[in-house]
Amino acid sequence: MTHKEAPIIRFDGVSKRFDDFEVLRDINFEVLRGERIVVCGPSGSGKSTLIRCINGLEPVQAGRIEVDGIVLSSKVATLRAVRSRVGMVFQQFNLFPHLTVLENVMLGPMRARGMNATDARDISIRYLDRVRIPEQAEKLPRQLSGGQQQRVAIARSLCMEPAIMLFDEPTSALDPEMIAEVLEVMGELAGTGMTMVVVTHEMGFARRVADRMVFMDHGEIVESGPPEAFFSAPRSQRCRDFLQKILNH
Amino acid sequence: MAKYIFFMAVPLLLGGCSQNWGWYVVNPTLPSGLTNLKFMLSGLEYTLTLTATAIAISVTVGLLVALPGLSTNPWARRLSRAYVELVRAVPILVLILWVYYGLPQLTGLQIGVFWAGVIALALSDSAFQAEIFRAGIQSIARGQYEAAYSISLSYRDTMRYVILPQAIRRILPALGNQVVYMLKMSSLVSVIGMQELTRKANELVVVEYRPLEIYTILVLEYLVLILIVSACVRWLERRLQTDERS
Repeated sequence: MTHKEAPIIRFDGVSKRFDDFEVLRDINFEVLRGERIVVCGPSGSGKSTLIRCINGLEPVQAGRIEVDGIVLSSKVATLRAVRSRVGMVFQQFNLFPHLTVLENVMLGPMRARGMNATDARDISIRYLDRVRIPEQAEKLPRQLSGGQQQRVAIARSLCMEPAIMLFDEPTSALDPEMIAEVLEVMGELAGTGMTMVVVTHEMGFARRVADRMVFMDHGEIVESGPPEAFFSAPRSQRCRDFLQKILNH
Repeated sequence: MAKYIFFMAVPLLLGGCSQNWGWYVVNPTLPSGLTNLKFMLSGLEYTLTLTATAIAISVTVGLLVALPGLSTNPWARRLSRAYVELVRAVPILVLILWVYYGLPQLTGLQIGVFWAGVIALALSDSAFQAEIFRAGIQSIARGQYEAAYSISLSYRDTMRYVILPQAIRRILPALGNQVVYMLKMSSLVSVIGMQELTRKANELVVVEYRPLEIYTILVLEYLVLILIVSACVRWLERRLQTDERS
């Protein structure tokens, strides 16, 4: 790729507060095109907020965020433009319960990308195939297992053919036996060269897939580096404590 | 349900039968009774069209008032709030009189009895519809908006395809209540002379002077209508719930 070195996501001095509580403090952060980042840290460290800022779900009070050449603002047109380039997968799946699997996946292509029903159906079936649930297309979300629902949610985002995929603790609401099937789909996606930012506690997945680990605590990026160095020789005490807790668990 | 109706109706009917036998006025086997019954039922069409038109308008207006009430813009919220508070404070009967006698003087436009009734009922109900919609929309989890926005849907499409279909399923029982309520309140429009069920009954009472029998029939007319509406709402609720509910 020619643009390999141009950052696709860039945070410059980003701060965010919820009333008196500072969730993000002066964050400077870059993601390169095609890079796979795993963000970890204790709960309340601001890692979810960080990735939710990337597609404008969280407004920030200070700083500048640039995503795929667009500087984020509160303008509706800007937000929609960014969101059409950034897919997001949530902890609770957030499928639309009143629509079938196929309708869930087709909604974005039809209403946001302006496709006709035939094209939208084609692309939806292609991505449902890719997450290996084409046979569930006519079912309602509640008839599916958690793992299947999360894979539908991934397909729903991929149908927008985004440049970046965000994952906000995608396996935290799943029963243990369903985590693997979701991680596998995510691993395959990583293999296609998709830019990914993943918040997760799945350190095995992080070791296998991540190009870079980001450790956050108290709204700050404390440490960031390639997984080998990150896991074998974390520099900060906070990071060592965190890893010890999560790996010996 | 049928049992309660029976226990309520029997004393009424016996009361009417024991001393002053007056059921002949509405006895369908007698020519005059049949004519009277037909006269009373001829108000049905107005009652139904008035109620249906008013409901359709009030649901639309209610939604249009509820949406700005949920906006992040404080002025939009205040405007919506003010509408609800103001309209809700006016008794329906007063609103009917004001629209029929007052509004033409204000605007110079002559409105017929039917449209005056529709406007008054719809206006009055729209405040309640707005509150129902607001509660229904607020009950939808934030994650649904976030998921819709993150696939780049506009606000309109998010509402239309994601939020409202779910909200409407939840508020269906409340909407059903409003239909029943409006059906009953349509009787008030008789005061400005609309020829609906209550007006017809009043006119017949003046001629026949048999209020007990005639108003009993009127009660039964509303009862039957409302039981039908309730059954329809329950059927719709069941259908939507088994159909697609998370």
